[in-house]
Amino acid sequence: MDKILEVKDLHVDFDTYNGVVHAIRGVSFHLNAGETLAIVGESGSGKSITVRSILQLLAKNGTISKGEVLYHGDDLLQKTDKEMDKLRGNKISMIFQDPMTSLDPTMTIGKQVAEPLLIHNNVSKKDALKRAEEVLRLVGIPNPKARMNDYPHQFSGGQRQRIVIAIAIVDYPEILIADEPTTALDVTVQAQIIDLLKELQQKIGTSIIFITHDLGVVAGIADRVAVMYAGRLVEFGSVNDIFYNPQHPYTWGLLDSMPTLDTNESDRLNSIPGTPPNLLNPPKGDAFAPRNAYAMEIDEEQQPPFFKVSKHHYAATWLLHPNAPKVTPPASILNRYEKFKKLGGNVK
Amino acid sequence: MAKYILKRILYLFLTLFIIATITFFMMKMLPGTPFSNQNRMSAEQLKIVKAQYGLDQSVFVQYIRYIGGLLQGNLGTSFQFNNEPVTALIGQRLAPSMQIGAQAMVVGTIGGILLGALAAIRKNTWVDTLATFISILGLSIPSFVLAVLLQFYLAYKWKIYPVALWDNFQSSILPTLALSALPLGTVARFMRTEMVDVMSSDYIELAKSKGNSSWGVVAKHALRNSLIPVVTIIGPMAVSVMTGSMVVENIFSIPGIGEQFVKSITTNDYPTIMGLTIFYSFLLIIVYLIVDILYGLIDPRIRLGNGGKE
Ligand SMILES: Nc1ncnc2c1ncn2[C@@H]1O[C@H](COP(=O)(O)OP(=O)(O)O)[C@@H](O)[C@H]1O
Ligand SMILES: [Mg+2]
Repeated sequence: MDKILEVKDLHVDFDTYNGVVHAIRGVSFHLNAGETLAIVGESGSGKSITVRSILQLLAKNGTISKGEVLYHGDDLLQKTDKEMDKLRGNKISMIFQDPMTSLDPTMTIGKQVAEPLLIHNNVSKKDALKRAEEVLRLVGIPNPKARMNDYPHQFSGGQRQRIVIAIAIVDYPEILIADEPTTALDVTVQAQIIDLLKELQQKIGTSIIFITHDLGVVAGIADRVAVMYAGRLVEFGSVNDIFYNPQHPYTWGLLDSMPTLDTNESDRLNSIPGTPPNLLNPPKGDAFAPRNAYAMEIDEEQQPPFFKVSKHHYAATWLLHPNAPKVTPPASILNRYEKFKKLGGNVK
Repeated sequence: MAKYILKRILYLFLTLFIIATITFFMMKMLPGTPFSNQNRMSAEQLKIVKAQYGLDQSVFVQYIRYIGGLLQGNLGTSFQFNNEPVTALIGQRLAPSMQIGAQAMVVGTIGGILLGALAAIRKNTWVDTLATFISILGLSIPSFVLAVLLQFYLAYKWKIYPVALWDNFQSSILPTLALSALPLGTVARFMRTEMVDVMSSDYIELAKSKGNSSWGVVAKHALRNSLIPVVTIIGPMAVSVMTGSMVVENIFSIPGIGEQFVKSITTNDYPTIMGLTIFYSFLLIIVYLIVDILYGLIDPRIRLGNGGKE
């Protein structure tokens, strides 16, 4: 398969009053053409910073201190802001989290959707607006012709997110980065937006990086999943690998905190006990160790490398080391292993 | 929209009526008369003069007469200034005042917007510091002090501009500068605060992610959004320019309304004082009306009339 994007050993630091925050501490992953990669992790784990680094849309106090972002083999981090402008909204575009604040309140939505076309292509305003109208129809805005001259405040939250999506896809990007596009929406609208993204992926053949803190929405959209914690990836693999053969105790925790039909929203907050480490002084060993019931001495001392679980499945936990004692995961995870076997998987 | 403006115009007349009434009775309560410094007049002469101006009637009759005159667009006749009708007096002196007032508003507002925007875009750099310094100067130096300073250096010492002469555009430059300092400082501070806020908002990030250059983001999205609250301070600023104008016109001997206002107050020239008060109120109400309409044009969320549908 074609690797359309590859992030290698990304490090991002933020200058703050209290010192340097090491927000991203060596993240590597790739995106295959046409697939959807989900990046999951608790809020604050560095998902947004990781994807913003791809487009170099970091706050002023942030710097990419190390790493490569290869787009078709070309390192984006070597490009100037001007060169990046040519890619943003054209080849790689982004959908932001909060539809209530992502649209310019003083510009008609027709103009906002047409804007990327006018920036990147030599088209007339009229043609751009016409295309904007088509795309608004495509994302499911009813009666788009009549609504082109309306302003954001005249739309509901779900409709605004559709408009934000329309802006992102209007110029047929190769890569669509969706940073928690459904978090601010209610459950029914969430499902509609996910369906819409899948449908658009089919239609325009874009590759998607889908970010969420909620594993629940991942199964419906992703081909592969990367799990992130405290500025590093801890496990990645196919959807089935992560859902039915998870190896990292943090992934176990995330899976266990997934809402099921009989839990309600408030129950799942803080379901993994403890809080993420302060990245002003990142821990020497495994950042998850203080919250990890299965932590061993070595977890305090040394960061675990990635251990191979299968060809496409890796996890960074000392539990996978050949000398590690055999531990029994929680019952809920064992149930998942059973399912994995039924799917024909090979559980370690 | 048309209905809204019509309603506002109705309010305008109501407000003017109330202002006229209040100023009329306040005038009547002031000590002294317009003729108190004309000691040489005999009691007999004074009586004749008073009758001539209707000042021998009861206050109530005077009030009715005055309002009656107002309705016909008549502001009475001046006790001073050659007994001219007040409307004619205002008419003759309107042009210079409007010119420097409008020039000062335009220079101050546009200059302030640019200065504030620059400071916001170059936040925490020397550009920001310099812009802040300039706007604090503009805010803290009273216009008459600035007027005197400009007059002293540019006109008296270096002789670049005329000291106090009113003939062509050049002679309006110094008074315009003196008057524009306050609006410039105010707008710049406002604009900077607002734009710093706007620049860190989500829609600016989205605008950048569309492929806009940094300049494009500012021109297409940040400026307009930052202008919204700036528009609201145009009204109060017009007030301070008008009051500043009274003193500045005197300093530069500009034959404007402000200068006339000051003279009419020092000579107890009731009809002129009242006429000018009403005229100033009228101008202010018009300014506020324009500001409201502008506000609606810039911010679609508060389009007048249709009330938005949230
Ligand atoms: N501008 C910033 N200054 C300092 N720290 C920041 C800044 N932006 C993000 N961070 C830090 O980077 C970490 C990762 O943030 P983020 O990528 O937004 O998390 P996520 O998207 O996973 O919720 C957080 O701990 C946050 O405190
Ligand atoms: Mg985030």
